[in-house]
Amino acid sequence: MSDIAAKTPPMPGALALFWRSFAENRGAVVGLAIMGILIAVSILADVISLHSPIEQFRESFLIPPIWQEGGEWSFPLGTDDVGRDMLSRLIYGARLSLIIGFSVASLALLTGTTLGLTAAFAGGIVDIVIMRLMDVLLVFPSLLLAIVIVAILGPGLFNAMLAVVVVTLPGYTRLARASALAELARDYVTATRSAGAGTLRLMFDVVLPNCAAPLIVQVSLGFAVAILDAAALGFLGLGAQPPTPEWGTMLSGALQFYQRAWWVLALPGFAILFTVLAFNLVGDGLRDALDPKLKR
Amino acid sequence: MVRSMFRFLFRRIALIVPTFIGVTFMAFLLIHLVPGDPIEARVGERGIAPERLAELRHEFGYDLPMWQQFFKYEVQIVKGDLGMSVVTQQSVWHEFITLFPATVELSIAAILFAMLIGLPMGVIAAVRRGSAFDYGLMGMSVTGASMPIFWWGLMMILIFSVTLGITPVSGRISDAFFVEPWSGFMLIDCYWSEDEGACSSAWSHMILPMIVLGTIPLAIIARMTRSSMLEVLNEDYVRTARAKGLSTPRVVIVHALRNALIPVVTVIGLSVSGLLGGAILTETIFSWPGVGHWLVESIARRDYPVLQGGSLLIAVLVIMVNLGVDLLYGFLNPRIRR
Amino acid sequence: MTNKAIASACAVALTAFLGTAQAKTLVYCSEGSPENFNPMINTTGTTFDANRPVYEQLLGFRYGSTEVEGKLAEKWDISADGQTFTFHLRHNVKWHSNKTFKPTRNFNADDVIFSFERQWKDANPYHKVSGGGYDYFSDMDMPKLLKSIDKVDDYTVRFVLNEPNAPFLADLAMDFATIQSKEYADALLKAGHPEMIDQDPIGTGPFEFVQYVKDATIRYKAFPAYYGSKAKVDTLVYSINKDPSVRVAKLKANECQIAFGPRPADVPGLKADKNVNVMAQAGLNIGYIGMNTKKKPFDDVRVRRAITMVIDQKAILDAVYQGSGQPAKNLIPPTMWSYNDKVPGYKIDIAGAKKLLAEAGYPDGFETDLWAMPVQRPYNPDARRIAELVQSDLAKVGVKAKIVSYEWGEYRKRAQAGEHQMAQLGWTGDNGDPDNFFVPLAACSSRNTAQWCDKSFDDLVVKAAKISSQAERAKLYEQAQVVMHDQAPFYFLAHSVVYLPMRSSVTGYKMSPFGAHRFDMLDVK
Repeated sequence: MSDIAAKTPPMPGALALFWRSFAENRGAVVGLAIMGILIAVSILADVISLHSPIEQFRESFLIPPIWQEGGEWSFPLGTDDVGRDMLSRLIYGARLSLIIGFSVASLALLTGTTLGLTAAFAGGIVDIVIMRLMDVLLVFPSLLLAIVIVAILGPGLFNAMLAVVVVTLPGYTRLARASALAELARDYVTATRSAGAGTLRLMFDVVLPNCAAPLIVQVSLGFAVAILDAAALGFLGLGAQPPTPEWGTMLSGALQFYQRAWWVLALPGFAILFTVLAFNLVGDGLRDALDPKLKR
Repeated sequence: MVRSMFRFLFRRIALIVPTFIGVTFMAFLLIHLVPGDPIEARVGERGIAPERLAELRHEFGYDLPMWQQFFKYEVQIVKGDLGMSVVTQQSVWHEFITLFPATVELSIAAILFAMLIGLPMGVIAAVRRGSAFDYGLMGMSVTGASMPIFWWGLMMILIFSVTLGITPVSGRISDAFFVEPWSGFMLIDCYWSEDEGACSSAWSHMILPMIVLGTIPLAIIARMTRSSMLEVLNEDYVRTARAKGLSTPRVVIVHALRNALIPVVTVIGLSVSGLLGGAILTETIFSWPGVGHWLVESIARRDYPVLQGGSLLIAVLVIMVNLGVDLLYGFLNPRIRR
Repeated sequence: MTNKAIASACAVALTAFLGTAQAKTLVYCSEGSPENFNPMINTTGTTFDANRPVYEQLLGFRYGSTEVEGKLAEKWDISADGQTFTFHLRHNVKWHSNKTFKPTRNFNADDVIFSFERQWKDANPYHKVSGGGYDYFSDMDMPKLLKSIDKVDDYTVRFVLNEPNAPFLADLAMDFATIQSKEYADALLKAGHPEMIDQDPIGTGPFEFVQYVKDATIRYKAFPAYYGSKAKVDTLVYSINKDPSVRVAKLKANECQIAFGPRPADVPGLKADKNVNVMAQAGLNIGYIGMNTKKKPFDDVRVRRAITMVIDQKAILDAVYQGSGQPAKNLIPPTMWSYNDKVPGYKIDIAGAKKLLAEAGYPDGFETDLWAMPVQRPYNPDARRIAELVQSDLAKVGVKAKIVSYEWGEYRKRAQAGEHQMAQLGWTGDNGDPDNFFVPLAACSSRNTAQWCDKSFDDLVVKAAKISSQAERAKLYEQAQVVMHDQAPFYFLAHSVVYLPMRSSVTGYKMSPFGAHRFDMLDVK
């Protein structure tokens, strides 16, 4: 945040102002708190988890959580069908999900912004080609597109992440282009340009910081989308491969335990839900705080 | 007015042509990059003789260079021929058109469900802004929008079908009923079925998939209605109406809601693409025999013609709906017609 | 609503009028979609199952057995030289009808000639229809074996072979030797839709085809004019569900009465259910892990032996097969003749394995890939789970295994090409002969998963195939199993048991030794 605050015209207490307006949205604060917990958990994963997420306890298949009959204190949330500790897997899964969200969102942001700015600045045929390409990507249902991309690259966490980057790309590109075009029409840009600023400088030093607000909001919502889509691919068996403790992958094949071991099916889903929820809440809060026009 | 409308229409349609060509190219390219081919996907552990494999590949034209295959494919499309499924030897169009009503039926049900619940909730939340109901609703709405629907569907089956046993597990209608596919819409066709109880069976099969697919649209509609209502409630004419002493429900329904609906309708139109994406997961979970399920199955079977033709048809559909929404919006809001 | 009310009132009245005869429906939860409705052009059990209610062959297998009996052929004579087979066809066999086709004549010799010539002769107008691949027909060597097929009279057909062939009769009882209607074929050809013969089937079987909704349901109704004992259910429905858990859930909810292949995990729950009967049969199958003997480090027999001393077979059987598997130590299942029970089973010996690895030059282990099929197979319910278990076993001796998977068609192709180091695969036999396991899975002529070609083993199995005495053959196969155990190209996981759960209301069902499903003889209470 401090980065943006520094680049927008210096204003006394801009950060404090931002925080005040962010904190007005109680949901956003809750989201931020969940996010903080998730970050802490994933940094401390090695310290707080009781077991290795991939260690199999051959004597302890499908142990229920402690509050149920047959639960054991060494496995607070029970074990899965090959005897791995659910809690440890969920903890490491949090780390993985944050990494997925971060990498996908930042890669999509980087590529999308570059493409969008290029389209806006170059105009003409470049603009047309880039934007038509984005239209084409948008026309396919994103999950279908992601499945096909993974089918091409082969299943795996990295490939699934790439697929999610590709399907989320159009959003960033369109947003960056639209905001850049709006900024380009303003007087200060014309002024800078006539003062002899180069295109690259104009692009990244002048225009980009001024259209940063919607992009930041998009990134925080993009985090949520990335985690959700990667989990969906994992669920279809196309994302992270076992024994990686990725939440979606943990759910794939868990359906067979619906009668005997609800926790194998329910817990990873709740983890996904809460994480995505946190990022969506924070995204909403950021939008309200950064872009008063959108506030309703 | 009329002239500018036509110019706008013309420009929008001109934009579609390159998109459409791009879509055919993308569908072709992506699908041919996928390793494996439909013939190999069909043979089991037994394997296939290399000569027979070569013969089959030749028959389907998979031995031609890629650009020739693409050229042949484009010519076919221009002729309106989407080809035949490699697996079933039936025309892709025929398969699409028999399965599509199932997807449409599910999507319409999901959207209606979302609107029926989402609109009133949004209105009430707006009228009682800041109340506990408002907060609760907004919380639920953002939760709904964050829902991993593949998991949501499984949980619904787990709770309602398996544990409580009040809804069926999967399918469109109990398999014991025979329904002649008249319109393709089960909820209509069941009416003519000779079997007693066909319609109630069809309805009970609709409930869970409808809720699962409708969850995200519901969240979006409730939210959109609320914010749109809030804006309208602050407009002068509504205040005037209130000042005139008109009762609140009347103001809300007659004056405010009508105007607040415009952006909501746009959002619904634009959610069609997302709905089709959601239908892929929902149909997979509930074994719903629609086009989403069909496409996922054809990926596993490497049925190129089906994948190409199917995704093309879906893409065209999305393009048409987007165009329709654009035109509607342009009609309602002349400022964007430039 | 009033219409509906009237309709239901009428229905009630009608049922009352007709007495208590209530239509019986059987729903079978099947595992996949048929490719089309003609067994000639297909090779999968799923498609054969979907065609079995409709079509018949000259001969058939007796219900629940491997014994051949007459079907469309009532009796047959074999010439002394074993090269001429004369079939006397059944009279008064009626063909089914549908919206576009009403048969004007009964089944006769023309239909038999047509059905074989379609598969055999390029000149037949139907030869190229529906892709024109008759894989089983060629696999059974029919093009080479058949010399001529002649119509003697309307109800007599003579097959002449190029050489004597004992299994020929059994071949004619297989699904590919299906008889289609020539009259229907001619009518479709005239109408310009020959491909419909394989989409909207007309047969002579106990059920008529009604409707197929792709990936959802196939519907049949009992054929009232069937010549044999009529089916006891009026309506037969295949409800297609790929997910085994969904099939089980539907069975429990009585949405279907018989369900294909449950996951082993679900079997105990099903057995405990009073409303469900679980039938079981030892499967003719084997699941294994092939170690690529052409790639380092598995070219060294010491490494392969070390691996077999590390994997915990019991844990795999417990966690993945969950009681539905027998521990394997040989390539062939124990129910098959020539099974060598003297071959020792696997024993875990970590220290011994470490020593062997050190001798082979890998004291600290090595890195390898470990392939897992992306699909559930009859011999391996969950390859990914097995891979995870094996992965953690291998880690005990420092071997780091990376789990790899590809799309199923791709997986087989790459595994056959030997791109892997360790790969899981398996086999289901289609006749009871050991040759059907040893040659395709381990001989030098095969592209086996271990890329294994051992001279002494190969000599044994090739020799055994040429001898007619079963006792002598058994001796050779027993030796071959010893060689195989010693060289350890495969780690044998398990022979799985095939389960078929059904509602207890279903009576008279018999499981087929070939894994086929047949519903004309059962009844529903």
